[in-house]
Amino acid sequence: MPFWFIKRLFGALLIVFAMTIIVFVGVSVIGNPADILVPPDADQVERLRIVTALGLDQPLWKQYLSFIGNALHGDLGTSFVFGEPALKVILQRMPATFELAFSALILAILFGIPLGLYAGLRPHGLLSRSIMAGSILGFSLPTFWVGLMMIMLFAVQLGWLPSGGRGETVDVLGVRWSFLTADGLRHLILPALNLALFKISLVIRLTRAGVREVMPQEYIKFARAKGLTERRIISVHVLKNILIPIITVIGLEFGSLIAFAVVTETIFAWPGMGKLIIDSINSLDRPMIVAYLVIIVIFFTTINLIVDFLYTVLDPRVRLESGG
Amino acid sequence: MTMTIETTAERRPAVETPLRRVLREFTRSKLAVLGLLALAIVILLAILAPAIAPQDPYDLMQLSIMDGRLAPGAGSMDGSMVFTLGTDSQGRDMLSAILYGLRISLLVGFLSAMAAAAVGSALGLIAAYVGGWIESIIMRIVDLQLSFPSILVALMILAFLGKGVTNVVLALVIVEWAAYARTARSGALIERRKEYIEAAECLAIPTWRILFRHLLPNCLPPLIVIATVQIARAITLEATLSFLGLGVPVTEPSLGLLIANGYEYMLSGEYWISFYPGVALLVMIVSINLVGDQLRDVLNPRSQA
Repeated sequence: MPFWFIKRLFGALLIVFAMTIIVFVGVSVIGNPADILVPPDADQVERLRIVTALGLDQPLWKQYLSFIGNALHGDLGTSFVFGEPALKVILQRMPATFELAFSALILAILFGIPLGLYAGLRPHGLLSRSIMAGSILGFSLPTFWVGLMMIMLFAVQLGWLPSGGRGETVDVLGVRWSFLTADGLRHLILPALNLALFKISLVIRLTRAGVREVMPQEYIKFARAKGLTERRIISVHVLKNILIPIITVIGLEFGSLIAFAVVTETIFAWPGMGKLIIDSINSLDRPMIVAYLVIIVIFFTTINLIVDFLYTVLDPRVRLESGG
Repeated sequence: MTMTIETTAERRPAVETPLRRVLREFTRSKLAVLGLLALAIVILLAILAPAIAPQDPYDLMQLSIMDGRLAPGAGSMDGSMVFTLGTDSQGRDMLSAILYGLRISLLVGFLSAMAAAAVGSALGLIAAYVGGWIESIIMRIVDLQLSFPSILVALMILAFLGKGVTNVVLALVIVEWAAYARTARSGALIERRKEYIEAAECLAIPTWRILFRHLLPNCLPPLIVIATVQIARAITLEATLSFLGLGVPVTEPSLGLLIANGYEYMLSGEYWISFYPGVALLVMIVSINLVGDQLRDVLNPRSQA
């Protein structure tokens, strides 16, 4: 394993550690959870017993140390609301969020690359210009409002698709999936499309910009001169060269899909991690918030590390620069 | 017609100031001009809201629960007014609520973008000019910040701080400053090697003066472009946070909160409570983005080829 990668890995670990401190201190500042958890009719003794049981009477640094110690054993605390380990609750919701985010990612690639390719190859055509205008709209439309309008149109007015929930699920390897049943797929379409909208616009713009940059290059002219078919030029010479930035961005965007799933899940009542965190914030479920944020931090640091790694593997020029 | 313009331009050479050039190139795109016009109207409506709104939506005395959830165009029970865009569950005139909501959305967007621009540009310039470990620390924080999605960072901050207009602005500033810092630094890194900076240094002009009177004006064009984009982003993010119930308080509803209020009535077909505030939001964001798009083309020397 090259030295620069080990260095990045260390940096990443440091970031995760620093973020846990920020998250823990930050969350401890908000409201006193004892006020919410202790029944209003409980007497002083009962109250004290609950506070001690939750460890809320300890100084903050002690709470943090025991939190970090437990976290290293895979214990991120027990949810006040669910009464179950926070990690377990989150892991239960995670597949739903991943399913949604992956579906959105696939939609973004499926729509984004062909449309961007077309817009890049015929930049002045009417259709290309409508595609680009559409992508500006896709950037500008507030995701949550579009989601509401989708429900309005397809669920309330037309009645074609359900307005929320996951629908019928199938158990595969102990995890419930929606996309394997017809009913689940029907439930998946609207949220996935809603989440993908922004990314479709992004992929369109990236692909178009890439195509516009690559087309005037000498090697494209050479490929033409060699008599290659337009199809081969586009699929091999153009696509291969523009794919690196697109892969990078898509990789990075997967993280942001997980983040924006917070909004989409809330609108479509999709039972994933995003809806869980909003509910947890509203009910001041402190261990839940901490656990979610710690997982998200680890998740994003890992994604960044992978993208860094992929980037270096795909583009040797980056390797040379950071090696020096 | 093109001929006459060309001849007058030839007769008076070298009178075009940079500002005129920007204006001329900006107006080349009809769409961008339209965007600017729409934006001007939106801002005007927001400023004039107290004067033109049919009703003060915050004054509970003026509201009657009897007028709740009326469809657009319906009249009030006492016949005193007509609700052009319908009413919400409190009997509040949606048109008035939207006009007042525009004020909050624009205010939060502008305030946070300006504060983030000030903080971010200052730190970016300092990083580029001073260098060394100060630069490494600032840029590491920028990298770290930009690797997390803005909505999550904002969510986290608001989870810590709680609701409120000030907290939302604060969260947006923390989310946005990094973009300005990165842009300011990359511009300043190129500029600082130029001769006029060297000249200023030789004249023993104080560092802060070099930074803000010499370096900053020359790094401004890309920062202006970033600022337009960031205002639109800030407005969207504020609306989203308010929709999730973590943004502005119920007493000062922004457009996002108005949309959220209509959410529960939508399934019964009462679309207008969510629909019209969204349209207002959309017009505002699209017009800002159109202006920003054209500004980028005009101000970026690389894209003029």
